[in-house]
Amino acid sequence: MFDIAIIGGGVIGGMLARQLSRYQLSVCLLEKESDVAMGATKANSGIVHGGYDPEPGTLKAKLNAEGVQKLYDVADEIHAPYRKNGSFVCAFGTPEEEATVRALYERGLVNGIKGLEILTGDEARALEPALSDKVSLVLHVTNAGIVCPYELTLAAIGNAMDNGVALKVEFAVSAIERTQKGFAVIAESGARVEAAYVVNCAGAYADRIAAMVGDDFFTIIPRAGEYMLLDKNEGARVSHTIFQVPSAEGKGVLVSPTVDGNLLTGPTAVKVGAPDHTETTPAGLETVARLAAKSVPSVNFRQVITSFSGVRASEKRGDFIIEPARSVQGMLHVAAIDSPGLTSCVAIADYAIELLREMGLATVEKADFNPVRENPHAFREMSDEEKDAYIKAHPAYGKIVCRCETVSEGEIRDAIRRNPPARDIDGVKRRTRSGMGRCQGGFCMPYVMRLIAEENGVAMERVTKKGADSYQLIGKL
Amino acid sequence: MITHDIVVVGGGPAGMAAAVAAYDAGVTDVVILDREDSVGGILRQCIHNGFGLHKLGRELTGPEYADVYRAEVEKRGIKVYLETTVTAVTPDRVVTARNREGILKIKAGAVVLAMGCRERSRGALNISGTRPAGVYSAGTAQKLINCEGYMVGRRVVILGSGDIGLIMARRMSFEGAKVEAVLEIMPYSGGLTRNIVQCLEDYDIPLYLSTTVAEIHGRERVTGVTIAEVDERRQVKEETKRYIPCDTVLLSCGLIPENELTRAAGIPIDPVTSGALVDENRETAVPGIFACGNVLQVHDLVDYVSDEAEIAGLGAADFVKGVGPAGNTVETKAGHGVRYVLPQRVHTDKGADVALFMRVTEPFGRVRFTVKSGDAVLATAVRLKAAPGEMEKIVVKNEKLAAATAPITVSLEVL
Repeated sequence: MFDIAIIGGGVIGGMLARQLSRYQLSVCLLEKESDVAMGATKANSGIVHGGYDPEPGTLKAKLNAEGVQKLYDVADEIHAPYRKNGSFVCAFGTPEEEATVRALYERGLVNGIKGLEILTGDEARALEPALSDKVSLVLHVTNAGIVCPYELTLAAIGNAMDNGVALKVEFAVSAIERTQKGFAVIAESGARVEAAYVVNCAGAYADRIAAMVGDDFFTIIPRAGEYMLLDKNEGARVSHTIFQVPSAEGKGVLVSPTVDGNLLTGPTAVKVGAPDHTETTPAGLETVARLAAKSVPSVNFRQVITSFSGVRASEKRGDFIIEPARSVQGMLHVAAIDSPGLTSCVAIADYAIELLREMGLATVEKADFNPVRENPHAFREMSDEEKDAYIKAHPAYGKIVCRCETVSEGEIRDAIRRNPPARDIDGVKRRTRSGMGRCQGGFCMPYVMRLIAEENGVAMERVTKKGADSYQLIGKL
Repeated sequence: MITHDIVVVGGGPAGMAAAVAAYDAGVTDVVILDREDSVGGILRQCIHNGFGLHKLGRELTGPEYADVYRAEVEKRGIKVYLETTVTAVTPDRVVTARNREGILKIKAGAVVLAMGCRERSRGALNISGTRPAGVYSAGTAQKLINCEGYMVGRRVVILGSGDIGLIMARRMSFEGAKVEAVLEIMPYSGGLTRNIVQCLEDYDIPLYLSTTVAEIHGRERVTGVTIAEVDERRQVKEETKRYIPCDTVLLSCGLIPENELTRAAGIPIDPVTSGALVDENRETAVPGIFACGNVLQVHDLVDYVSDEAEIAGLGAADFVKGVGPAGNTVETKAGHGVRYVLPQRVHTDKGADVALFMRVTEPFGRVRFTVKSGDAVLATAVRLKAAPGEMEKIVVKNEKLAAATAPITVSLEVL
């Protein structure tokens, strides 16, 4: 029996688990995949939005405004990589677009956002030389930033687990039953977790979870967004995140550096039939390339190293849905968290905890809560002299497994051992970047598989790409 | 910081041949750094035959070919640092590497870059669809099967008819897999003719030209691919789309020289070869740094890698001895029908013949190559056929070269 069961190990469920782990509460985080951060969390733009965009008065406006600094503060504590690089919202010469830029500026002021300024095209190009000549007016958002969304989530959940939160992966919730003291959450596998409170952070599946307790007052509209990620050779093409003003073609194909030094372009925005429709399409990728080139014509798409698609959990009212269940007591929905959900994640978690208190949850601070998670990238950030000393004490850090991203055997073993443990090839990739580089695992994958097999004491054939039936090998010769 | 006369980065066929050649030219303080646990590079996983016919006059497997050079390296007592990955090379020839003992810094008299190449990945090919397990670059599958001893799938579609794809079609068939098809987006195969015959035709594996994988299907493991023909602009023809069930997709769509260290050292790269710009000694634009093998240009045959590496090894030795080429250089240029020419610049007063290497832009029948400098014809060569998959070599005589003052252009005419 837990005090709280959180359904969904994305950035919202993960950050909520982390914020709850400071209290004397038993918390269980349930995730249907073999790893956390597997839904929209691992496939989005990774942007800390300034807060100029949401309609004033909405939950999005409030939590975005509060969320930016909260996110930076928590990211510092748990060593999640981010960079305050600022963003540009660009108009391309039409009076309508320029009016939109000015309107977004005004709206930002209403939302209480500091550090906004309007730049002429030439002023913007002085800061960002690769910007298109056609850019005529720019909203410069100085507090905006970039963050690695899955690393943020891994760090939050790792820190939560270090502070006592239980994580259950491959727990696909199929039913939620009332019990005398609360709820029984039942998985497809038959596994069962009991808790006094349940929080629904199921992302694109949140309406299905809500329906399990009889709530049907919201419907998630899955919207796919396709992206192309480019080699680090292209990573310095721009230093700011470059947005376009919303147009008939959709809103927001961006060109942005990533915290790891790559260049990210995307997303499209296409309604899809189901939350797991994460296929990329020729038309989608073509659209990304065309719209990205509108802002930054020099982007070299021959340097694409991978493309992907994420499904965002939108809802028709256009705002976050953070409210208690209507059909039962003791359950909270944290749903429809599309953009700026990543930016707002800490503010959302804190707001959810307020609501849980109103629902009767007692929150007493733990004396031994440790807000700090050790930096998983401490080794790669060392100087050559420090690395040399470290390797002499820990030789596994001297063996480079992933040549493209310079990842050592020691770092991979750490990722398999520490919270939340990597169980498969993609899990190692998200934690260490092994396989994330330009060869996309062509060279390191067999070696990574051997380390996973060895650390877990299983045969090579049992190692998967991403859990379940994503097997890599069919057997020995 | 330690010092060595010559540091060779990479212990594959190029690195070993360069080290041996430099040693034999009298510079005996040569070391090889290799990231793997034994020398040989990719040859270690190429267990098929066909290596060495040109260079050694006998037909060997990849590991056997590597072993010939390993023995030569050993015989000379050339030091090999294994499981040692080079992380940086500076223009003043300080090589930084990492192994289980720590960080190694070597001040080198000359550096030979021989890092080889990598395969173009699914992401770089921008293939649409899902991202399941079961999509491998052909070389990764080759390593898992030949070196690790595991089978990767049962029903296979191979995209790309480069040599590795062809070899893997046969290898997968040997191990009981059904290879449904080999697809080639171009209207011709980039592989060697002998491989098309011995690896596809002998096994009744169909080769579909001007055809590609339009989409990959399957959530966890590959369940199938949608294939389609392409038009002249390599765009998919929608009406030709069809589905092939399979559990494995192998990609053999080209090799990319691994020049990250080269770029970071500020060495200019040829956008066509994706390797460094070099002179006839394979010296890059940064003095004392040489390049050879697949990191310089992707070769068809390892025999030619060894040849090129010997040139670079001798060049590095000359540089250390202070007797490298000086004087005037002229650029080389690709003319009609020629995609690139290497070396990209040549010393005209070298006092020796210089071989030019090139690839053609598309398959041709009988052609005549003409090497000109201004109006002067330096060399000509007739070939019964020419194809992008087969590198051409034309030797320019010393006395002709000495008179060249304008850039040297190689072009072809169809006869």
